Amino acid sequence: MPIEYYIFLSLALFSIGIVGVLTRRNAIVVFMCIELMLNAVNLLLVAFSKMYYAMAVVNNSATTFGTDGQLFVFFIMVVAAAEVSVGLAIIVMMYRNTHSVDINFLNRLKN
Amino acid sequence: MNAIILSAIAGVVMMFSGIFSKNKHALTNTAIAGLLILLIGNILDTYHVYTITVNTHDMLHFDKFGASFNSIAIGATLLYVLLSGRDIEKVGVNVAEYYALVFFALCGISLLSSFNSLLILFLGVEIMSIPLYILTGADKKNLKGNEASLKYFLMGAFSTGIMLMGIALLYGATGNFEINPSQSLINVPLTHGILGPLGLLFIFISLSFKVSAAPFHFWTPDVYDGAPSVFTSFMATIIKSAGFIAFIRLFSSRSEDLEVSWQVILPLVIVATLLIGNITAVFQQSVKRMLAYSSIAQAGFMLFALYGSNDLAREGIILYATAYSLATIGIFAILIRMKDYTFDGYNGLAKKQPLLAFVNTVFLLSLAGIPLTAGFFAKYYMLASAIKEGGHSALWLVIVALLFAAVSVYYYFRVIQAMYFKDGEAEMSETNKGFRILLVIIACIIILIGIYPSLLLDRLYF
Repeated sequence: MPIEYYIFLSLALFSIGIVGVLTRRNAIVVFMCIELMLNAVNLLLVAFSKMYYAMAVVNNSATTFGTDGQLFVFFIMVVAAAEVSVGLAIIVMMYRNTHSVDINFLNRLKN
Repeated sequence: MNAIILSAIAGVVMMFSGIFSKNKHALTNTAIAGLLILLIGNILDTYHVYTITVNTHDMLHFDKFGASFNSIAIGATLLYVLLSGRDIEKVGVNVAEYYALVFFALCGISLLSSFNSLLILFLGVEIMSIPLYILTGADKKNLKGNEASLKYFLMGAFSTGIMLMGIALLYGATGNFEINPSQSLINVPLTHGILGPLGLLFIFISLSFKVSAAPFHFWTPDVYDGAPSVFTSFMATIIKSAGFIAFIRLFSSRSEDLEVSWQVILPLVIVATLLIGNITAVFQQSVKRMLAYSSIAQAGFMLFALYGSNDLAREGIILYATAYSLATIGIFAILIRMKDYTFDGYNGLAKKQPLLAFVNTVFLLSLAGIPLTAGFFAKYYMLASAIKEGGHSALWLVIVALLFAAVSVYYYFRVIQAMYFKDGEAEMSETNKGFRILLVIIACIIILIGIYPSLLLDRLYF
């Protein structure tokens, strides 16, 4: 499949994520949309990685060129996991105080 | 390398010392000792006296510029803990963890000052930000703190997603994660020519979120206002300067990729940031909120370093980071001790605490950029770098910046006016002798750098 298909697919997923973050009011759903954005990036990185490997392997069958894109994906997964643990802790902390996970509920800081 | 390794170790040590000791003062002293070791380690590293070397496969690149910035960040953190350590102890029960998180944030900063690969940029930004989400919500029962923490977290994670998309697109354009595109190993298919500029634009948006440049600044006032004041001080100074270092490291080697659009977007962002930061700050009633908006306005000035991105800009950003961090840490240290955070809360402070009112005046003058303080030369270097780079086309930008600098004088002088020329009973909690001596020392450093900026800048070269 041409690389453009992957680019369009992951940009579509990414846009769904962005729209979700900007429009949804439930903190958990917003959070899921952010995860969707990260996973769109993962997909794109893996697709590019395969593309570059396929391009390089023609000249040199022992090449590792392009594999660093897949390594990056693992870093994104680990960091996303760390972010999830902190983010869910913050949402739980908020739920304990307000008994709600609606972000509209939180508008005390606006003057 | 010393700073990265030592700060990570210090963070872990702090976490364990929380198990063994419940004495809050002892924990603060441990943190101070850790910061001192970190500072010494980093200075040794700067002069290549003793360096831990690890083969990083060119992912990190250590230079004088990054090491000097590390020293400034660590030194400012040290002053911050010395000044506000007592207030950190009052935020909650988990004092050891707060210090551990500060150390981890410093680890992220030292990664950001030396990255040579987009992977390290991403890891550095995350290692720096994640501790801050926790610190913002450190006061668990406070609803404003909860809200600030959630908002900061959602905005931070959102901007991380945008940055990653940018990195992925850049990878698609060049085939590797080096920040210097000339190192591309094989020819890139030309049909994807749009990917590179688009990726850089995404990273630019994401970093603008981190440094709170308009139009991505909207989270800043709420988060800075809601977070415990001690941690606002840390976020608004050291973290923000680190964001700019990352910005400069990345874009000084990549800006030519953006060509024409770069010359249009950046001035617009600068003007918008200066406009929103300064004009909104004028209308604030709370000093803490005014400082949040003023930090947006100062970010507008620091963006000039990006516009210039020459040697003058690099010197300037080091000077600006120092001047801005020192002054803001000082102002916050006094603000935290005040009973009332509004402008009226400062009424008559000069009569009750003449010394504190005087050093506060010096800090405010430095932020406003009055000559004889460090803030003046910081602003001067920023504008000079823009003129040197852009020539006449940058002149209108510099004039706009000067006009807004004049506006900023208004709201900084409101505090001075309240302290000296209004009658009132400014209430303040107890301050001990060490606190006052330290503030005087910071004020002296600011004036000294304001007279001889070369004291600091010469360190960058030899």
